[in-house]
Amino acid sequence: MKNIFSIVKFTLLTVVLFAVIYPLAIYGIAQFAPNQGKGETISVNGKVVGYQKIGQKFDKPNYFWGRPSAVDYNAAGSGGSNKGPSNADYLAVVQKRIDTFLIVHPYLIKSEIPADMVTASASGLDPNISPQGALVQVKRVAKERKLAEDKVKALVESKINTPKVMGTAMVNVLELNVALDELSKKGS
Amino acid sequence: MNTELFGVISIFIITIVLAIPLGKYIAKVYLGDKTLLDPIFNPIEKLIFKISGINSTEEMNWKQHLKALLSINMVWFFLCFFILLFQGSLFLNPDNNPSMSPDLAFNTAISFMVNCNLQHYSGESGVSYLSQMFLMFLQFVSAGVGLAAAAMVFTAMKERTTDKLGNFYNYFIKSCTRILLPLSAIVATILVFSGSPMTFEGKDAITTLQGDNVEVSRGPAAAFIAIKHIGTNGGGFFGANSAHPLENPTYLTNAVELWAQLIVPFAMIFALGFYLKKRKFSYVIFGVMTVGFLLLVIPTVMSEINGNPAIERMGITQATGAMEGKEVRLGPAISGFWSIATTVISTGSVNSMHDSSMPVSGAMELLAMMVNAFYGGCGVGILNFYVFIILAVFISGLMVGRTPEFLGKKIEAREVKIAAFIAILHPLLILSGTALASYFAANDTAMGFWFSGNATGWLNNPGNHGFSEMLYEYTSSAANNGSGFEGLGDNNPFWNITTGIVLLLSRFIPIIGPLAIAGLLANKKYIPESAGTLKTDTSIFGVMVFAVIAIIAALSFFPALALGPLAEYFTLK
Repeated sequence: MKNIFSIVKFTLLTVVLFAVIYPLAIYGIAQFAPNQGKGETISVNGKVVGYQKIGQKFDKPNYFWGRPSAVDYNAAGSGGSNKGPSNADYLAVVQKRIDTFLIVHPYLIKSEIPADMVTASASGLDPNISPQGALVQVKRVAKERKLAEDKVKALVESKINTPKVMGTAMVNVLELNVALDELSKKGS
Repeated sequence: MNTELFGVISIFIITIVLAIPLGKYIAKVYLGDKTLLDPIFNPIEKLIFKISGINSTEEMNWKQHLKALLSINMVWFFLCFFILLFQGSLFLNPDNNPSMSPDLAFNTAISFMVNCNLQHYSGESGVSYLSQMFLMFLQFVSAGVGLAAAAMVFTAMKERTTDKLGNFYNYFIKSCTRILLPLSAIVATILVFSGSPMTFEGKDAITTLQGDNVEVSRGPAAAFIAIKHIGTNGGGFFGANSAHPLENPTYLTNAVELWAQLIVPFAMIFALGFYLKKRKFSYVIFGVMTVGFLLLVIPTVMSEINGNPAIERMGITQATGAMEGKEVRLGPAISGFWSIATTVISTGSVNSMHDSSMPVSGAMELLAMMVNAFYGGCGVGILNFYVFIILAVFISGLMVGRTPEFLGKKIEAREVKIAAFIAILHPLLILSGTALASYFAANDTAMGFWFSGNATGWLNNPGNHGFSEMLYEYTSSAANNGSGFEGLGDNNPFWNITTGIVLLLSRFIPIIGPLAIAGLLANKKYIPESAGTLKTDTSIFGVMVFAVIAIIAALSFFPALALGPLAEYFTLK
């Protein structure tokens, strides 16, 4: 019994070390990090419109869209579809997404649609799309915004993040759309 | 795609290169030599031992080690269980998340205590910050227990005829303060500067650019994510684990988190070589493990890059690979690599959804956990491999007609019986669990208390893939891995309780076994090496161990793999 009592005391002391002192030390370090470790935000005219790392829902035709999301971009949770590659119902959903994408972008041929635009991300909060995913939307967005197509295309190209050594090429959808709003303001 | 493959290869090589000096350092820590952090931690440890009245210098035999190990785990379990059960009304709960049901608290407490981190809840809504911090405590100490057990086995291998095998508490606290804590602090610092949150504030309500109202979950995540990888635990702070953009914000953090989960298991193998002064022996072990690892990784990365043949047939472009359940910033190559790294090692954190992996990848992920001895988790990886070494020595001994010896000790019936029992336990737990669940699913049984509705209701996918979901859950539990085919509806008494039992058995029996074998061998008379001794630091012996693993571990699972991912592969082709 004395033995167990010792172990309980030992446990509580190690709790203090690993679950109190350690996280507080990291919390202290975080005060020097971007936005004090509360997550980096993006503001427009001083108003926070989103987190830079967290994808958000765009379904209006005058914005660039992100990827399908299994949690509908509700960032109070997260998750993927967890659909297996051979699941017939799932494949029907993908087919439907392709058909819809073609209706909204009638100028496209099927083989131009990149897979990331019709498949759900792992977190449901993916903030990025592939460069191809943004480029195929240019014509639609330019038409909706009454902007010159080459201007919008140039904007997308300026927002493509190309890896120098390792990584993937991508576009942050929120940053692109914030820049797009600015471009519209200038244009009008 | 080239920048992605280059990423995979360079991360792997950098980790191996850094593991060698770390291994040397770990050997020093366990030998009791002076190390850099002594001035900081020696006084703290002394104080902790003094207040709690534990003697950390008295030598223990293997039974005393075991007793200390099991009692401390029991204390942790009850403490964690009650915190989870009452978290709703305790402090540090800014999001007002509810308390856990008893079966979920049972499963979660066991799962974190045994270094598995199977999570049948979602971090955002299932736990308070207090619980997150206590679970993080378990991430430290469960890894520390694995390392301490391995340290005892190291000592037993080194000593000639003794039952004095060091002190459990000493090995344990040193593993935590000298290895896990400093590495975690480095990783956590990189994470906070790359955008992972470290705040005690709750959810943030914002209005998005196009005008929707949405809440964003945050929390003290960076500290948690660091130890989750360094300690090969794998439990996510957020539901989507390391696929969540705050848990793994960039390609760089992904590289760091991969490094973090591989480094200690790699370093432990080199540490064994430095500790025993038999470096060639550790290179043989590392070589066998790496061959096994590459055989699993290469087909996985290739099939993820090639994409889903069923989607290919729809006529769109899969230039960026299979993207269902993957994140654009990570891509298919590193996601495939991670899915094998996390399953050979008992981490179980995910940066893509394994349920949506290609069938070949699913098979490789399963096989990685079924073998459970390539690199392996913090400390326990080397213990699992130790069992296979004993079996390989025994079988080779029989083949050449000599009494099998390992490091100057005779291996006799008792040790081999224990090793064989451990080797058989793993398939036994996985296959009987899966058989039970599949029986209910095949008959679509009404489950009553155990599950609301009929048994097929817990499946998220039909057919072969559904079978794989159940197989994966028990495999992940038995390997103390913690990743999942997460579509499975697992937060209910049936899955919480059955996997909880599998977790307990498959954690402690594979620790007790090697500890007992090592303890028994250490006690035996030392026989000096002669011309007739089987050399264990040669590539021939490496091939022998690999063959034993392939026959015992891989083949016992072949029928199950054929029904699940292999059948799916052929239907999809």
